[in-house]
Amino acid sequence: MALLEVDDLSVTFTRRGQRPVRAVDGVSFSVDAGEVVGLVGESGCGKSVTSLAIMGLLPRQPGLRIGGKAVFDGTDLLQLDDRSRRDIRGRDVAMVFQDPLSSLNPVIPIGLQVTEVLTRHRGMKGAEAGREAARLLDRVGIPDPKRRLKEYPHQLSGGMRQRALIAMAVACKPRLLIADEPTTALDVTIQAQILELLKELVRDSGTALVMITHDLGVVAGLCDTINVLYAGRVVETARRRPLFRQPRHPYTVGLLGSVPRLDAGRGERLNPIPGSVRDVLPWPDGCAFAPRCSRRVDECVGEPPEMVLTHDGRGYRCVNPAPLPGVTPAADVRATAPTAAEPGPVPAQAVPDDPPPAPGLGPAPHEEEQP
Amino acid sequence: MFRFIVRRLLQLIPTLFGLSLLLFIWLRRLPGGPETAILGERGTPEMRAAIRRNMGLDEPILVQYARFVRRLIRLDLGTSTATKRPVVTEFLERFPGTVELTVMALVLAIGVGIPLGYLAARRRGRLLDHLSVGGSLIGICIPVFFLAYVFKAIFSENLGWFPSSGRQDPTIDATRITNFFVFDGLLTREWDAAADALWHLVLPGLTLASIPLAIIVRITRASVLEVLNEDFVRTAEAKGLTESTVRRRHVLRNAMLPVVTSIGLLTGGLLSGAVLTETVFGFTGIGAFVADAISQRDYPVLMGFILIIAVVYVLVNLLVDLSYSLIDPRVRVR
Repeated sequence: MALLEVDDLSVTFTRRGQRPVRAVDGVSFSVDAGEVVGLVGESGCGKSVTSLAIMGLLPRQPGLRIGGKAVFDGTDLLQLDDRSRRDIRGRDVAMVFQDPLSSLNPVIPIGLQVTEVLTRHRGMKGAEAGREAARLLDRVGIPDPKRRLKEYPHQLSGGMRQRALIAMAVACKPRLLIADEPTTALDVTIQAQILELLKELVRDSGTALVMITHDLGVVAGLCDTINVLYAGRVVETARRRPLFRQPRHPYTVGLLGSVPRLDAGRGERLNPIPGSVRDVLPWPDGCAFAPRCSRRVDECVGEPPEMVLTHDGRGYRCVNPAPLPGVTPAADVRATAPTAAEPGPVPAQAVPDDPPPAPGLGPAPHEEEQP
Repeated sequence: MFRFIVRRLLQLIPTLFGLSLLLFIWLRRLPGGPETAILGERGTPEMRAAIRRNMGLDEPILVQYARFVRRLIRLDLGTSTATKRPVVTEFLERFPGTVELTVMALVLAIGVGIPLGYLAARRRGRLLDHLSVGGSLIGICIPVFFLAYVFKAIFSENLGWFPSSGRQDPTIDATRITNFFVFDGLLTREWDAAADALWHLVLPGLTLASIPLAIIVRITRASVLEVLNEDFVRTAEAKGLTESTVRRRHVLRNAMLPVVTSIGLLTGGLLSGAVLTETVFGFTGIGAFVADAISQRDYPVLMGFILIIAVVYVLVNLLVDLSYSLIDPRVRVR
């Protein structure tokens, strides 16, 4: 049985006088003990809302509706009352956030921010808590921890702040750690260090990690299983290696194709996915990615695509997935894609005039232009 | 910290110097000159000349200024033209009353305003929130003298809970040391005198507190609402801390920064703005005295008042800065 089993999770925000917004729309995934699972997608695809919903950290407001289940070790986190949820948070399930400066309280010292977790969940007080806090800071690679405990967040560097946040998160040896874009606000060299630290902590303690990111590089180096999200739904789920080698969902293909590569030839252009996350079709009307999809066929519109599960444990939500090498000739599929002249029921303005060809499966992005 | 205080107190010197220059110019530029201020419109040219000679106004301007500054340094603020008593004596008698009243109003405004503003923010959109936001609007709008009469009518005349005027029951034979009646009572262990003086402070204190209370409620509410959305509050929640820890340590402390600033600004305004309250409650403070001085062109009194208020402003701002640095390490003073 999985450590965390998220089943059909949905989050809807309703504002008076406005259409309800489904930020998360039937997301399901599972995390085994000690496993590293990635949630990947562009901004606005529902990654953060998913994690906040699991933690019960979405700001309580009228018009917020959370559906589905998030079963952690046999208890549905979404059904817990406030007190039991506070008991689990920080002790069994912990979280690391995106912006380390704004995520730390500016007016109290780092030390207290670490020891307050120890006091709350491990009953440590005074000098004992102080010693343990120093040990934790040392563990996450903060030099001179005794001095740092007395300092305030503004006196620490960005990487140091993120390390301190990680120290607070792992203070009670949680069984599940959720990291929401933990490296986004840091510069590249520090990013690598923080990822290395997370990897190390997970390996040493057997903590399961849910890694939320838009950065495929982060996923590639860290995750065992990857869930690609689009417009609030999981559109593809696979183990790391097959996903990178043979992405099936056109969105995953597009994501991989838009990563700049060092081995690309001179003058080669990046292959961005056309349009933006705003150009979505509501899921009930078909595939949300259809307006931006280069592999769009008539069946994409009308009803939402089902999750297709394959024998090798992968899944994708697509009626016209990218072919596995040597199985389907690409030309066949391309023929059914609508041209710009007949956009079908999709709103015309959402369809790019000239959808670039699918990046395909080659290692380098498609060459569009001769230098 | 100590060096900071000393430095700030030294900064008082140029501030006061500049102020003395302004006051000096103001005195020379009075309509009709100082002699008119004393004689009124009626004096003969001979009387005016005599006064000018007596006051040294015929001497060179720099000499006059030097003499003016020397008197200020010796805390000689001159003699009130209305009461013929030294201004300093008058102030020592009356200023403590105003300070007591201001402190009372501040204690009420802070003690009620911060919790109310916090609760309104936590119950945003619910009844308590609407009541406190609406109530604070009324508190700001309602004229102070009107509120004073309402309080007197209800709590003093109808219910008889509080005295309607004065600083202390005249039948109590209290010892006067500092003229802070409550403080004197505590100092001399005349407990009933202290309690009575405190009792006399309640209604005028409430009246004077109405506007600062309303402002503090609103600022606290807005500030708490802002802090509740901060990432570090989410972090604190993610740590599983109890609600009261999150509230005290993470929300309130950060939300206090703008409140402290506003309290500093309000304090100065209270000291100089207690006139109406003091008048309605027959409270012998500085307010009513200065109001009389304005209508009687009692320039030495006005000058002294301006100087005192300036000093108080600087001191209060020093206190604000100090408490700021206690709350927020980012502005901590060295």
